[in-house]
Amino acid sequence: MANNICLNQKECGKSTGFWLLLTLGGLVMLGTLSAFFFLEHHGHIKTGMTNQIVWGLPHVFAVFLIVAASGVLNVASIGSVFGKMMYKARARLSALLALTILSGGLAVLVLDLGRPDRLIVAMTYYNFKSIFALNMIFYNGFFAIVGLYLLTMMDRKLKPWYKPIGMLAFLWRLALTTATGSIFGFLVARAGYNSALYAPMFIIYSFAYGLACFIVVQAAMYKWNDIEIDEAVLCRLKNLLATFVAAALYFTAVLHLTNMYFAKQWDFERFLLSDGGIYTLLFWGGQVMLGGFLPLFLIFSPGARKQPAILLIAALLVIIGGHAQMYVTIVGGQAFPLDMFPGYAESSSFFDGVVHAYSPSIWEVMLAVGGIATTFLITTVAVRVLKFLPEDAIKDISSKVGQH
Amino acid sequence: MSESMNSKLENRRDFLKASALVAGVAVGPGVLFYGIAHSRSPEEGASSKQRWGMLIDTTKCAVGCNDCVTACNTENGLSGKTGEQDSQWIRKLNIKHLQTGVEHNLPMLCQHCENPPCVDVCPTGASMKRADGIVLVDRHICIGCRYCMMACPYKARSFVHEPLTDQNPEVPRGKGCVESCTFCVQRVDRDETPACVEACTASGHQAMLFGDLNNPESDIAKAMKTVATTEVRADLGLNTGVRYQGI
Repeated sequence: MANNICLNQKECGKSTGFWLLLTLGGLVMLGTLSAFFFLEHHGHIKTGMTNQIVWGLPHVFAVFLIVAASGVLNVASIGSVFGKMMYKARARLSALLALTILSGGLAVLVLDLGRPDRLIVAMTYYNFKSIFALNMIFYNGFFAIVGLYLLTMMDRKLKPWYKPIGMLAFLWRLALTTATGSIFGFLVARAGYNSALYAPMFIIYSFAYGLACFIVVQAAMYKWNDIEIDEAVLCRLKNLLATFVAAALYFTAVLHLTNMYFAKQWDFERFLLSDGGIYTLLFWGGQVMLGGFLPLFLIFSPGARKQPAILLIAALLVIIGGHAQMYVTIVGGQAFPLDMFPGYAESSSFFDGVVHAYSPSIWEVMLAVGGIATTFLITTVAVRVLKFLPEDAIKDISSKVGQH
Repeated sequence: MSESMNSKLENRRDFLKASALVAGVAVGPGVLFYGIAHSRSPEEGASSKQRWGMLIDTTKCAVGCNDCVTACNTENGLSGKTGEQDSQWIRKLNIKHLQTGVEHNLPMLCQHCENPPCVDVCPTGASMKRADGIVLVDRHICIGCRYCMMACPYKARSFVHEPLTDQNPEVPRGKGCVESCTFCVQRVDRDETPACVEACTASGHQAMLFGDLNNPESDIAKAMKTVATTEVRADLGLNTGVRYQGI
């Protein structure tokens, strides 16, 4: 009977589609590697990054993926830590995506280093006071723990370890996102950062972005296997996404309201919320509307309960909004000039006192999308060779085969 | 028997004499050069007995004078270009009070903080502070992540965006690494002052004073006891090695 059931793409025999996807991902990856070698040879002078905007588009994509990676594990955590069966059925896919998305994010971060050839230095020299160094430990630990977590789900002999390792993975992912948010929270000098709120806010963002990524991949797998998502599952997922998106909006509001209360932050808030050009547009249009209110409106629209497409669109919008948020946070935070002498206007040959311009080069764009390509390639291969379809979907397919 | 004893003793004497001569020839010039150079040997590290610092009198810093910047570029092999991707270790900053309109002119460079944020955030420890307070980047373990540039409150650091040629052998720089003012550490270790200070003195402005903050007899320590000095972003509690007067 197992031979008749389409548990993964290999068993479905849809090889053409698989190779097509692999070629598509491979081509993007080829572009990324070309950009990497080009930049490695010529230096960052071929990017739009400068001594003012030191982190650009590659970091926007990389940090989004890293944050989403920890968030996508939530589905598995709700299953094993909180014992919800519907989520438990999706734990394997959730853990797989956590690993593949983190791989994509880290790949871009490494390829954008000034000296990527010194990756071994980054792995062997640690300044434990640096939150960046601690992040490297958290990332490596995440791979190890989630890898083991996945094994406990796949190997019956390891089943007794499933719950304790699930709990460890849940705690580890909270620590990891705390550390990722703290990369910005610990920057004391810049008006756009320097807030303890960044740690919990990034955790909430990760819940929303991770679940959105999960919903998109799950929808693709259901479509691939020609099955419909169960209405109860759809309803749960959409309500959970709505909760996370609303919480993300809440944290964003609290951060800016706090800043607006501090007179020294008024200039920055005025820049970001009203006079910042592209950053203002991306904040209100991208992060708040496309990534916040519009998904909420779609999720609570009357047809959403019956239409999986609406949840899929909402999830895609959350992902787009997430990238807008990262652009505003990372690039916008640097574009606003440092205020070394409060109460004074500053000017110099080093662009003091002016809003810094940034326009990414094509090489940077090619490098930045490499993270998505990496995630896409590993995920596509993994779901073809191993069984990652949600268990209730497998039952669904089994019953279909039974009917025929 | 006694003859052979005597000849043995003479041989030994000759040997000792020759050895002393060879040793003298070998060590003498070294001692002589050491005395001339007055500098520490490479094995002798920087000492925390000293803390190098700089006092900048903004009232003496002339508008339009760029001598400190030019001297820094020459000493450290910087191109002197001022594009968005070019390195600038020191820059002339003009500040104008928003209410009164009063203006100050001053050189801005790495402030060589006692508690430097760049050192705190550096993942590999490439950003480091010497025992004598000079903040440097170890070019061998800098991975070019630029987190130190995000953390520096003074925008004092630059990233090398392109391959470099014709470098000063005493000041190694490299594509893909972060760099900043070193207080001309190669000169300081020879008991000289940084190039910017020397140029400012040569121009007759005398706006920059360099010395050991820990030595009560040094000019800088004496000056700082008599005038009011300002730390840039004193609110951050970094205890900068560079101080300004006249702001």
